[in-house]
Amino acid sequence: MPTPSRKPSHLFWRWCAIGAAVVLLALAFGAVGGWLTPHRLTPQRIVDALQANGGVHPGFRRNHAKGVCVAGYFEGNGAATPYSKASVFTAERTPVVGRFALPGGNPYAPDGSVPIRSFALRFALANGQQWRTGMNSMPVFPVATPQAFYEQLQASQPDPATGKPDPARLKAFFGAHPEAGPFLAWIKTAKPSASYATESYSALDAFYFVDAKGERHAVRWQVVPETKDAAPGPAGDTDYLASDLRTRLAAGPLRWHLMVTLAAPGDPTNDATKAWPDDRTTIDAGTLVIQSEQPQESGPCRDINYDPTVLPDGIEVSDDPLLAARSAAYADSYLRRTSEEAHIPGAAHAASKQEQTR
Amino acid sequence: MNAPQAFHPLARLLHWTMALLILAMLFVGVGMVTTVSEKHQWLLALHRPLGAAIFVLALIRIGVRLRFRPPALPADMPALMQFVAHASHWVLYGLMLAMPLIGWAMLSAGGYPVMLGHAWHLPPIAPANGALFAWLREAHRYVAYLFFLTILGHMGAALYHALIRRDDVFPSMTVGFPHHDAPLEPPRNVATDEGDATPPSP
Repeated sequence: MPTPSRKPSHLFWRWCAIGAAVVLLALAFGAVGGWLTPHRLTPQRIVDALQANGGVHPGFRRNHAKGVCVAGYFEGNGAATPYSKASVFTAERTPVVGRFALPGGNPYAPDGSVPIRSFALRFALANGQQWRTGMNSMPVFPVATPQAFYEQLQASQPDPATGKPDPARLKAFFGAHPEAGPFLAWIKTAKPSASYATESYSALDAFYFVDAKGERHAVRWQVVPETKDAAPGPAGDTDYLASDLRTRLAAGPLRWHLMVTLAAPGDPTNDATKAWPDDRTTIDAGTLVIQSEQPQESGPCRDINYDPTVLPDGIEVSDDPLLAARSAAYADSYLRRTSEEAHIPGAAHAASKQEQTR
Repeated sequence: MNAPQAFHPLARLLHWTMALLILAMLFVGVGMVTTVSEKHQWLLALHRPLGAAIFVLALIRIGVRLRFRPPALPADMPALMQFVAHASHWVLYGLMLAMPLIGWAMLSAGGYPVMLGHAWHLPPIAPANGALFAWLREAHRYVAYLFFLTILGHMGAALYHALIRRDDVFPSMTVGFPHHDAPLEPPRNVATDEGDATPPSP
């Protein structure tokens, strides 16, 4: 047997093989990152579309930009414990940091410009787990998929000439999306309310509660207010919601009931455009008490990403495709605004508090 | 010098296990931040326990590396190449520890619970602070790119040893039985092919 030679044959091809291995691995990495498919829907493109509609406002959320921080607690009553093992549902108090807001990317939007208000909550459970939820004061979501949501954003992009969305584009979009029917029927009669306190807020997406035996129960939840003096917003005032909230909280805490609706077999869990029938079992799982409010620029909700997929043991995401997209897009929006706050090179700069008050 | 001729079997097992885990981790990471599909959720759920596992394995691995002497590099390797080889290994160890720590600190700064499963979570290691989150998040991204580039270089160098130099380096991390009977200096004017029967030219 000859001694193996150290000087290899086919040197050119050996170098080629090394180069090919390195390049192929790099290409695979790029392919997973979407560098080879620039038209793929990414969280970045969704947030870019939100920015195109609402403008770039450094330091603010890219959606639900106008809002106010609140704090309080949730007190479970045990009614939901047969369905979920999450400790938040036992009869204990869980501290909550929340945020009321308007949909849209403009932090200076008039309060009466939309009939929708939103309410986000972060429950900090005693065991270190968290439950985050972002809810809206509407019964259903307009569309069922991230792609349709992206197309809706594009269709509602303001026309540079008028500053308003092109009605023809919107009409074409909704014509092609009959699933938006229930939402359109609701919004036709919805009026911008005068208060955050009188609204019900629904999580819209379905989730699963997981009980102590590991069984899953499809649910949707909403918070329903005890305060019922609903009225349309005052004319001529663009910023009445925050002052209304301040006035009400000065007089005492505000309460909502966490109402959990259990699906019947066959109820869709992957389609936020479809409400479940009214006769489904609904349980009052406990009371949400809001005690204080703080401005969003300095309040504790500022640096919270209300990602609805941050869930405690006992609650899980459903197969609703909007949930993953919300998680991914919220993360991108969160990175943009915190980068602006941190004055990271390349990010737009958020004005400091001194600059803002100047 | 009585250096071992191959890496300790435990070191080899850790090397190839971690090679798979770390590559998977980098692909999971780049995939999960660029998708809005349902894969986002399970990639995220995979990313955190995998990162914790890599951190623990990296600690064990450094212990193994310090306990069991690795084989010496071939004596005929140029000094600069030897330096780069040693330095890149310590850079790789550093990255194996740094990436999970940056990720953990980043989630802590973002105020997220660092969940490793449905119920399992790690305590925060950084104060909740949005600006700190942003710096750590960007660090996590760019250190990941650096990690990937270092791995590409490492892989290229390993293949260079295996295919071009054909020395003991590659077998010392694979089969562990380097052909130590091979001469240190290549004989002059050898045939260009192992099976080549043509006599050497004068």
